[in-house]
Amino acid sequence: MPAEIVSVENVSFGYDSSLSLENVSFKAYEGDFLGIIGPNGAGKTTLFRCMLRVLLGYKGTIKLFGQDIRDDKNYLKRIGYIPQTRSIEQGFPVTVEEVVSFGLIGRKYTKDKISSAIEEVGLIGHNKKRIGELSGGQLQRVLIAKSLVADPDLLILDEPTTAIDMESENKFYSLLTELNKERRMTIIWSSHDLDAIKKLADKVACINKRLFFHGNVGEFFNNEKLMMSAYLESSMQAHMHSHFDVNNNDKIVDPDGL
Amino acid sequence: MVFEILAFGFMQRALVAGVMIAIICSIIGLFLVLKRHSLFGDAMSHVAFGGIAIGLFTNVYPLWTAFIVSILAALGMTKLREFAKIPADSAVAVLLSSGLAIGIVLISLSGGFTLDLFSFLFGSILLVSVQDLIMILIVSSIVLAIISLIYKGLTYVTFDEEQASVGGLSVKNINYLFIVIASVTVIASIRLVGVLLISSLIVLPNITAITMGKGFKKTAIISCGISACSVIVGIIVSYVMNIAPSGAIVLTATAIFLTAVLGKHTVRKIRRSDINIQDVTMSD
Repeated sequence: MPAEIVSVENVSFGYDSSLSLENVSFKAYEGDFLGIIGPNGAGKTTLFRCMLRVLLGYKGTIKLFGQDIRDDKNYLKRIGYIPQTRSIEQGFPVTVEEVVSFGLIGRKYTKDKISSAIEEVGLIGHNKKRIGELSGGQLQRVLIAKSLVADPDLLILDEPTTAIDMESENKFYSLLTELNKERRMTIIWSSHDLDAIKKLADKVACINKRLFFHGNVGEFFNNEKLMMSAYLESSMQAHMHSHFDVNNNDKIVDPDGL
Repeated sequence: MVFEILAFGFMQRALVAGVMIAIICSIIGLFLVLKRHSLFGDAMSHVAFGGIAIGLFTNVYPLWTAFIVSILAALGMTKLREFAKIPADSAVAVLLSSGLAIGIVLISLSGGFTLDLFSFLFGSILLVSVQDLIMILIVSSIVLAIISLIYKGLTYVTFDEEQASVGGLSVKNINYLFIVIASVTVIASIRLVGVLLISSLIVLPNITAITMGKGFKKTAIISCGISACSVIVGIIVSYVMNIAPSGAIVLTATAIFLTAVLGKHTVRKIRRSDINIQDVTMSD
């Protein structure tokens, strides 16, 4: 039985006026490639932000590597996190090498490690380039190199292909497959690209504030009825929530009442 | 002539103090500019004005009271931002106006503006005493030592706070420490360019260096170079032309900035026309 890497138990979280996550529970084990799907505003990023201690006001329990994340933040050293590239300020005066070196803060720093991480993502010769000179796909690879340089056990990716071209996307998918299959790295990846999830992931979780499905990719995608009901139901829920948000504030769950 | 100028003791003190301040202002300023807190220097210097007024009012060395008031105000502003969720620029505006108001009230109570107060408002680098020089050297060394200790973490936090936090860094502590050393830097620099021009020394060399398109370390080095050059040239020109040194320093920094921007624009234009010529030649 592979080791349990992630355990999310009955997690709920609310921002100012509405609930973003409601009693979400799932587990991921060593070597899993878990795709998280759901419409915009489904709470995928909120879930990651809770798992990464950015948001601590959640209800429920999150354990990573067997430890409650509220007790100790040392587990973060074992995680590589790749945010959406659109959140990066490309005018920032920093080189590829400097960004990758951020991944080694608080760890043993060597130039060789940085160079080999840059090489691994196929950016040889770009070490001294400023990030503003890179394409969306190249910037994405820099962030991957930053996450990989410390050799993490768990890789969390938040819609990583939103701002990149098709060619870069394919290279990126090959790299993820290699990390998961050859290094047995556990990967949790949120995406709107259902085809990519079907091709790469072995497990899938469909969320829209609540968890609608969690299980094997085959079980989800080969059963059209199940897929349609989970995905459509979750999308329908999104529509209903937005409807209530606009027209009837009384229907919104008070996060303080959690 | 330059050697003659350098023979004066007051000029040597002015240059040493000026270069040290130029270096710390550039380094602190780079983080402030990139955090989009460019007006922080302005706000702190206005708070310092209140602190200086308290010192003059109570007969305590004004820079010490300015240090205490500014550090407390900077920490208060950060807490207020977190607590009341006020945008950074609004918090800076509150600090700037209330600091100045305290100063004006105290000055009116003490019977109006004095020569001392004018020297803090507009700077008086040529009047730097040995005591001032020692204070500037100590403060600069402490600021540089702290920055070198937290350099990597501070750069990461400035680049992206959320990623830095996920990387295991104590973002809050780094930000608090930075705010304290930024306040200290601003107060130590008041002697050079005065309360009214301090933000230019924080912003101008950095936006000039950023236009050069280099990485973080090189941008910081270029900014320090531009800042030190502005101070040296400004002080010498002010002596030769008998004009205010603070104004001469800031105008030199402005001239370097405009030259860099125009230079970059011209180079871009030449490159573009080269590409167009190549395109025409190839199509022929």
